[in-house]
Amino acid sequence: MTSFWSFWTSIIILGSIFGCLWLLYIVRKSEPHKEETDQTVGHEFDGIEELDNPMPSWWIIMFVASAIWGLAYALAYPTLGNYQGFLGWSSTGQWEDEVAQAEERYGPIFDQYAATPVTELAQDAEAMKVGQRLFANNCAVCHGSAGRGALGFPNLTDDDWLYGGDPETIRTTLLQGRNGNMPAKGLKPDMSNDDVNDLTHYLLSFSGRTDDQEAAKRGAEMYQTACAACHGADAKGMQAAGAPNLTDNIWLYGGSPAKIKQTLLYGRAGHMPAQEQALGEQKVHILTAYVLSLSQQ
Amino acid sequence: MNHEIIEKNLGLMIPLIIVAISFGFLVEVVPLFFHKDMQEPIEGLKPHTALELEGRDIYIREGCNTCHTQMIRPFRAETERYGHYTVAGEHVYEHPFLWGSKRTGPDLARVGGRYSDDWHRAHLYNPRNVVPESKMPSYPWLFTAKIDHKVTPEKMKALRAVGVPYTDEDIANASAAVKGKREIEAMVAYLQQLGTVLK
Repeated sequence: MTSFWSFWTSIIILGSIFGCLWLLYIVRKSEPHKEETDQTVGHEFDGIEELDNPMPSWWIIMFVASAIWGLAYALAYPTLGNYQGFLGWSSTGQWEDEVAQAEERYGPIFDQYAATPVTELAQDAEAMKVGQRLFANNCAVCHGSAGRGALGFPNLTDDDWLYGGDPETIRTTLLQGRNGNMPAKGLKPDMSNDDVNDLTHYLLSFSGRTDDQEAAKRGAEMYQTACAACHGADAKGMQAAGAPNLTDNIWLYGGSPAKIKQTLLYGRAGHMPAQEQALGEQKVHILTAYVLSLSQQ
Repeated sequence: MNHEIIEKNLGLMIPLIIVAISFGFLVEVVPLFFHKDMQEPIEGLKPHTALELEGRDIYIREGCNTCHTQMIRPFRAETERYGHYTVAGEHVYEHPFLWGSKRTGPDLARVGGRYSDDWHRAHLYNPRNVVPESKMPSYPWLFTAKIDHKVTPEKMKALRAVGVPYTDEDIANASAAVKGKREIEAMVAYLQQLGTVLK
């Protein structure tokens, strides 16, 4: 704030407080009676008259006390322009204090967890309570409060992993995020609708759900051309590419024939946002253990 | 005391009342018009693109700001959950700002990049598809309604008149940038940039 505006606010604030006190003083001084009387102010409307009594003393005391409170506040807290007040309070300072206090209190706990290996931490009931809160605040919106996921958002409790379920891979997934990319029609963009239909039958056959073995056989051939590069020749998936296992009847985007067809026709591009910046290494460490524990239940 | 002069003379009483009640405004609000922190954008802040701007207008139209704030207060409980507290310089291009005043849903000041685009689409179509506990309304019409691209340049011109630094080029390209897009695309574009300039 420039010195002009600093001066401006100070003058108006102090002027208001002292102006009120001055007004109180002259009104009090000009009161015609010092005691309560039956004297009225002299006007009358529809039979209603007004007594001309002095202001009650409790009211005057409260008025003066408010003015003194206002002045004291103006001196203690940032009120008068650039003057910060003798308490030195500021909203950011208060926030920094809160953060420092929390760091002092919780820092050692996080340090201790950070020094514990993930597999061990996943067995620690106290640490998993912390993990559960972190999960609820940061992960549950997509993966569900129990970690069971939703259509398009992986279930974390089924021990089926897109990118791998060992502690280091989970940590990498959390820190850096993941970008899934299944192109429409895989590596064969000129695939016909019949081919898509055949492929669907082939994929359904892994869970014994196809009613057209001929189509499934044709689909198997198309699979080797269009899909095997990522999902593997045996359709068991490839975690390095984030390509899911297609044989286990676990479907991220739905396993009905219509949903499978949709995936084949239009592709899929799941995105897990990176958490490194938002959460930091220590919290990600606890969450890694928590996600691991979800799949072990 | 002659307060009768004031009490019986409305022409005098009205201006004096206005002076008396203006003190709060003169002290709390007027100096901020000239305050550097309130007027200067933070480093890296850019005006909304045409698509984001349309998304912002849908956000206003649907009344998102009645249930969602865009204002992270400097309390640890808030910065732990939402990220860095909000600063004035982030909002200098917002006319009007959408700080909101009540959280039925969570704060959105830094929701940008927090969830995937897919998640936002699934969630806006029907929040309960991804968050079973949610009581947010569904917004399925965003997926069919198209943006009125003809008014986008006019909106940008109006914002430029109040100080948002849109270039002639921005305005000339605005219509083409949003033509044929559906409202959901604008909405997701707007949400995904919220609060991403300040880390």
